[in-house]
Amino acid sequence: MSWFNSVGALINLDHPGHFLHWHFIQVSVANALVMTLMVATFVVALLAPFPGRRSRKENR
Amino acid sequence: MTTEIDRQWTTRLRRRAEGKLPPEKLLPDTQPSYVSSWIYVFGVTTLAALMVVIATGCVLAIFGPQWWHTSSFGHFVNSLHLWSVEIFFFAMVIHLWGKFFMASWRGGRTLTWMTGVVTFLTSIATAFTGYASQSNFDSQWITTQAKDGINSTGAGAIFNVLNLGQMLMWHIVLLPLAAVVLTALHVLMVRVKGVVPPFADEKVEAAR
Amino acid sequence: MSKSFRPDVDAPEWRGGYTPYDIIKEGTIALVVVAVLTVALALIFSSPDEHAVTIKTWSNATPVDFAQTALSELNGTSGTAQYGAPYNTASDGQKLGPLSLAKWVGVHQPVNTIQDFVIDPLTALPDQSALTQALDAWRGATASTRSGWVDNYTKAATQMTYAHGQIVVPATNAGPVPLFINDLTMMARSGALDQALVTQHGFYTTNYTKPLLFLSDGSYLASLAQKDHLLGTQWGMMNETGSYPGQAWLWLYTFWYQVTPFSTSANADVQVWGVMMLLSVVLLFVPFIPGLRSIPRKTRVYRLIWREHYQNL
Repeated sequence: MSWFNSVGALINLDHPGHFLHWHFIQVSVANALVMTLMVATFVVALLAPFPGRRSRKENR
Repeated sequence: MTTEIDRQWTTRLRRRAEGKLPPEKLLPDTQPSYVSSWIYVFGVTTLAALMVVIATGCVLAIFGPQWWHTSSFGHFVNSLHLWSVEIFFFAMVIHLWGKFFMASWRGGRTLTWMTGVVTFLTSIATAFTGYASQSNFDSQWITTQAKDGINSTGAGAIFNVLNLGQMLMWHIVLLPLAAVVLTALHVLMVRVKGVVPPFADEKVEAAR
Repeated sequence: MSKSFRPDVDAPEWRGGYTPYDIIKEGTIALVVVAVLTVALALIFSSPDEHAVTIKTWSNATPVDFAQTALSELNGTSGTAQYGAPYNTASDGQKLGPLSLAKWVGVHQPVNTIQDFVIDPLTALPDQSALTQALDAWRGATASTRSGWVDNYTKAATQMTYAHGQIVVPATNAGPVPLFINDLTMMARSGALDQALVTQHGFYTTNYTKPLLFLSDGSYLASLAQKDHLLGTQWGMMNETGSYPGQAWLWLYTFWYQVTPFSTSANADVQVWGVMMLLSVVLLFVPFIPGLRSIPRKTRVYRLIWREHYQNL
């Protein structure tokens, strides 16, 4: 599987991280991104129209 | 008159299972029309991520715990395992938020909620033992720190986070088994009770 | 509906319609999407794997820190030597209010830092007559003689240096202790101590309790962790080496360590565990807790989720 050697990581994260400081709160940029993305995904899931679902009121 | 067959444990179990979960409930082809939101896809996404986590974990298990340090393909499989875990937790937490805001424990679904919470906690323990089993600097630091928390509760007498063999066994046997069984129970309960209906509308109720 | 209908506990019976919904197709699509996303993230970002620290690398990088740690194992001032349960009875350990949970459960992973970290490994070194004599002197001495030697060495060890391949301490009346600390440092620098600490139970091992405890008693491991923002005071539990995302789901657990009273408490570990256990039980029993279980109905987020349903009423 030598081709994996050449692929490696396209974005190298093996370097010291960046951190956000706010009062006593410290969070790595990577974690902050993940958590922001989670909240954003949740909000989008609530607001985005769900496709292909016409609510039909017929009974089975 | 009951026959001998009617009295069989086997027959009784089958009839009970059929009554609780007939095939059309286990694999329904329709859903109530209120099931129309993206929030409903995060349960199945969590399940899909769990499958990828287990599949990539199986590949790591085939070659043994040291393989991924020395093989670039092994490292790639480790990356797949890590990122599928990140997706797993990502989806599971959104699923949890969604189910909370739907109060999905209503209508006799408390056990569904509770198995979900226990599965969440079990998943955290599974992930932790995975981090402890990495056999690199990360696992050295995480275990020497975590030992103080676990020891302080008295659990360190049995659950020794500095014992690599023990952590690996918990990570690849005991905890995944628990997580899979709990997940299966959780999904079956959802199928038995169905998806929780919306709250009654206040105006419609008042007009009655 | 009956009068006893409790809106946060009971669910109205669904009398509306049903629409086609292909859950197997949905699941298959989810699996494909997750698999593709996983492969993409793995190819783009890879995963971290910093080499494990060995006692060899530690004692070569900072021989004096290693030798001071070895001395702390011998004079009983190291973290492990003073830990208490489950390793020894040197202290009562942490308390949750009046409860000494660890002490009650007792010593189940016994570690004697003098014997396990110093004397036994040195005994394993072959054919060194000076060391053999020193070990014999140690074994033949009374407890008070031993502690006299160790005390005299400890007092002088503030001036410890590493020069010409030797640990130098201007100690007098320290008996075999200078030889012990120097030889153990040499043993560590050769890599032999790494092996001696894991092979105490024979050829095979999967248990790294002793070398990890020894390593964490020094300041080298923590100095590396600090660079990676992994210390407890740096919200380290949720961080990962390098710039990778870590266990973000531990945010609440690591949060408690940053705030009073936990940040200044000697019993922070057991207190934070107590709080997290309590909160986990609360989450588990949300359906039964009045007030908490009404939040979904009162916040009305559900009106967004089921907006089509309410529009069609």
